Amino acid sequence: MASTEVHPPRESEELGHHPSPKKYVWVAIILAIVTAAEVAIYYIPGIDAFLIPGLIVFAVLKFVMVALYFMHLKFDSKLFRRLFVTGIVLAFVVFTIVLLTFFLRPEAAGISG
Amino acid sequence: MATNDTALTPPAHEEHHTSTGLDNTKMAMWAFLGSECLFFGSLISTYLLYRSRAGSGPTPGEIYDIPFTSVSSFVLLMSSLTMVLALAAIQRGDERGLRTWLLATAFLGMTFIGGQVYEFTTFYEEGLALSKSPFGSAFFMATGFHGAHVTVGILMLLALVGMSMAGRLTVDGARKVELIGLYWHFVDIVWIVIFTVVYLVPTE
Repeated sequence: MASTEVHPPRESEELGHHPSPKKYVWVAIILAIVTAAEVAIYYIPGIDAFLIPGLIVFAVLKFVMVALYFMHLKFDSKLFRRLFVTGIVLAFVVFTIVLLTFFLRPEAAGISG
Repeated sequence: MATNDTALTPPAHEEHHTSTGLDNTKMAMWAFLGSECLFFGSLISTYLLYRSRAGSGPTPGEIYDIPFTSVSSFVLLMSSLTMVLALAAIQRGDERGLRTWLLATAFLGMTFIGGQVYEFTTFYEEGLALSKSPFGSAFFMATGFHGAHVTVGILMLLALVGMSMAGRLTVDGARKVELIGLYWHFVDIVWIVIFTVVYLVPTE
């Protein structure tokens, strides 16, 4: 008979606990509802001031849910989370630098009209 | 008795003899995905800068078909569910379930790509081309590179199915599925951003 060895938990093995398939389905249902809400507010007239903030909130919510639950960042090592967040932060830094450069020198980007 | 199922036991409980105690291939995948954030961040930034420069061609408001793209987005979002169910299947040693969910993911991915090919063709017929305007260039570069990533993902999923059928997804099978799953989910979250920023945020 094969014996089952129980290993003590290690930092790298906090990971093992992935959600159940049922939980994945619930996450997908929430994602579908958020997507429907996102498209719905696009068509609601007279909420121009809230449209872009609303769309950003919904997109961030979906992004975070997929990263935390489907990509298991909620359950995996913090090191993976740091690597990914570093990429996102750098992307925002690049975005900000590009925007600043282009708006300070619009003629360089051909957007001065 | 050793069975095929036991060979598929997830490596999440394996000890990794590395300085971090973590699997190096998974670490490399996360570093790659971090760098991909920069790549797509640049493409989306460029789109935001040039989306109002449509020249003599159609503008975003005239050309986008939001209901159609919403369905495509939903399809890609649901492919993340089938992908994670494929991982759950191999982690419990269910090879048949693994193949079913991988094929479902590949099918949803192909549906998304089919939709993108249709959309690109329609836009081209309506006068939007890669070299037509800065808006056209930025749009096709951002969405086209994303489509290329989805296509690579589909090929990797089909390769996994082939490996599983050939009995080559053995000891580190779950790790391979997990790595390709990470790539697939990343492609999904990039589309979450593209769908909002490129399609839904209105131009002035």
